[in-house]
Amino acid sequence: MMQTKKIQEQIAFTVFRLLGFLVLGVLLWILGFIVYNGISVISWEFIFSAPTDGMTGGGIFPAIVGTFYLIIGSTLFAFPLGIMSAIYTVEYTKNNWLTKCIRIMTNNLASIPSIVFGLFGMTLFVNTLGFGDSIIAGSLTLGLLILPVVIRTTEEALKAVPKTYRLGSTALGANKIQTIKRVVLPTAFPNIITGLILSIGRVSGETAPILFTVAAYFLPKLPHSIFDQVMALPYHLYVLATSGTDIEAARPIAYGTALVLIFIVLLMNSLAVIIKKRFEKNK
Amino acid sequence: MIETKNVNFYYGSFHAIKNVNMKMKSNSAIALIGPSGCGKSTFLRLFNRMNDEIPGAKLEGECWINGKDIYTKHTQVDMLRKNVGMVFQKPNPFPKSIFENVAYGLKVNGIKDRAFITKKVEESLTAAALWDEVKYKLNKSAFELSGGQQQRLCIARALAVSPSILLMDEPASALDPISTAKIEELIHVLKQQYTIVIVTHNMQQAARVSDKTAFFMYGELVEYSDTKKMFLAPEKEETQNYITGRFG
Repeated sequence: MMQTKKIQEQIAFTVFRLLGFLVLGVLLWILGFIVYNGISVISWEFIFSAPTDGMTGGGIFPAIVGTFYLIIGSTLFAFPLGIMSAIYTVEYTKNNWLTKCIRIMTNNLASIPSIVFGLFGMTLFVNTLGFGDSIIAGSLTLGLLILPVVIRTTEEALKAVPKTYRLGSTALGANKIQTIKRVVLPTAFPNIITGLILSIGRVSGETAPILFTVAAYFLPKLPHSIFDQVMALPYHLYVLATSGTDIEAARPIAYGTALVLIFIVLLMNSLAVIIKKRFEKNK
Repeated sequence: MIETKNVNFYYGSFHAIKNVNMKMKSNSAIALIGPSGCGKSTFLRLFNRMNDEIPGAKLEGECWINGKDIYTKHTQVDMLRKNVGMVFQKPNPFPKSIFENVAYGLKVNGIKDRAFITKKVEESLTAAALWDEVKYKLNKSAFELSGGQQQRLCIARALAVSPSILLMDEPASALDPISTAKIEELIHVLKQQYTIVIVTHNMQQAARVSDKTAFFMYGELVEYSDTKKMFLAPEKEETQNYITGRFG
C-alpha cells in the first residue's frame, strides 16, 4: 500500500517536472529562434537610423521612438484614471450599485478583443474628436485597453493594505484623503507597479488598437507633436512580414525588429521591478 | 473629565451598550473589564468617535469630554481625535520610518515646522520610554522594532499630537510578559499627565495599573468604583464571580 502511494507520487512528480521543463523549453526556443535570426542585423546603425530601400535596409529608429511614445502616452492616461477609479471603488464606496457597475464594466472591458478597441478609438478619437491618426489618438486607445488591468491590480493592491493602518491614521485625526495619500497608496504602490509592468508589456506588443489610430506604414521622420503619426514596432514587424516591397529581403530585419521589441519590454519591466524594490525597501 | 449620560449604543438591532452613566476624572487611569462581547471596547471607541464608520451604528444619550458634548453637529471629529489618542490591540505602526511614524499625527494636522516636529518626536519617544532604544536609528523602518517596541512607538505616535486622553484597547494582549510590564510601567507614569482609559482582559493588569475600574456585562455597567475596593470587596455578586474567575 505504502509502496504504491510512493510510486504514484513519484510518477506525478515526474510528470509535473517534465511539463515544467516543456514550458521553459518552448519559451527558450522562441527566444533563441528570434535571437538566432535577428542578432545579425543588430547594430548601432540599425537602432538609430530610419528604414531605407523600401524597408529592406536601414534601421528601425522611428518605430522604436514611436513605441516609446505610445507606452508613455497610454500609461500617463490610464494610470491616474485607473488608480482614481480603484480608490473610489475600494476606499469610498463598499458595495453600492455604482461600484458593482464599475466592476462588471471593467471585467467586460478586459475581455473585449483589441481590434474592437482599435475601431472604437478610430471612431471616437480619430474622427469624432478630430485628432486624426496621431500619438494622442493611439495613446488614448491603448490606454482604454489597459485600463481594466490597471483598475483590477490597483483594487487588489489597495485591498491588501491592512485595515489597522487606516484605523491608526484615522485615530490620529487624519481624514480619508490624508489617510489614502500618506498611508494607503504608498503601502500599495509596489503592487500597483505590478499592474504597470503588465500594461507595458501589453501596450508595446499590441498591433490592432494602433492600426487605425496612429501607426504609420512608413514614416522615416520623427514626430514633432502629439498630433503626429508615428511608426510602432509591432506594426512595423507586421508590415515587414506581410506587405513590404520585398518580404524575403526584409526577413532578417523583421527578426531584428522582434528582438528589439522583446528587449524593450524586458527593459521596461526591469525598470519597473527596480522601482518596486526601491519602494519595498522603504518599508 | 469624561462623562456619559444615559448612553445607549446599537449595532443595527443589537443593543451593545445599555444606559451607561459614568464619570471619569482627569489624570487618572480607568480600567474597563468584563467578558468578551460585553461592550467595553465599543464603549471605549465612543470617546474618539471611532464607531462612526460602522454602518448601522446608532448612539443615544450624551458623551461629554472636558465640558463639551462630542456628538454635536459642530464637533470637529479630527480635533477631537487629536485630543483623544488611541492605542490598538495589536501594534499597528505605519510602514514608514520610526521618525515618520511619530511625526505623522503632527503632519496630518498641518504642522510643517521641521524643528518643532523634530523636538516633538524626541519628546514623545522619551515619554513613551523608547527614545534611548531608537535614537540612533530614527530613519530605520518601524517594522525592525520588536512587538513591544512597536507598541510603545504607537503610544509615542499618539502622544505626539498632545492629547489629554489616551484610549487603550487591550494594549498588551499581543505582547510577551516583559514588554507587557514595560507598557504597564509606562501607564503608571503617563496617568499623571493624561487621562487613560484602558480596556483589558487581564484582571491583574487592571488591578495593577488603574485607579478606578468599571465592570461591564451584557452591555450594562454592573459596578464602577475604586480599583482597590473593586478587587478586595466588590459590591455585586456578578463582579465577585468574574474577578475570582468563576466565569468569563
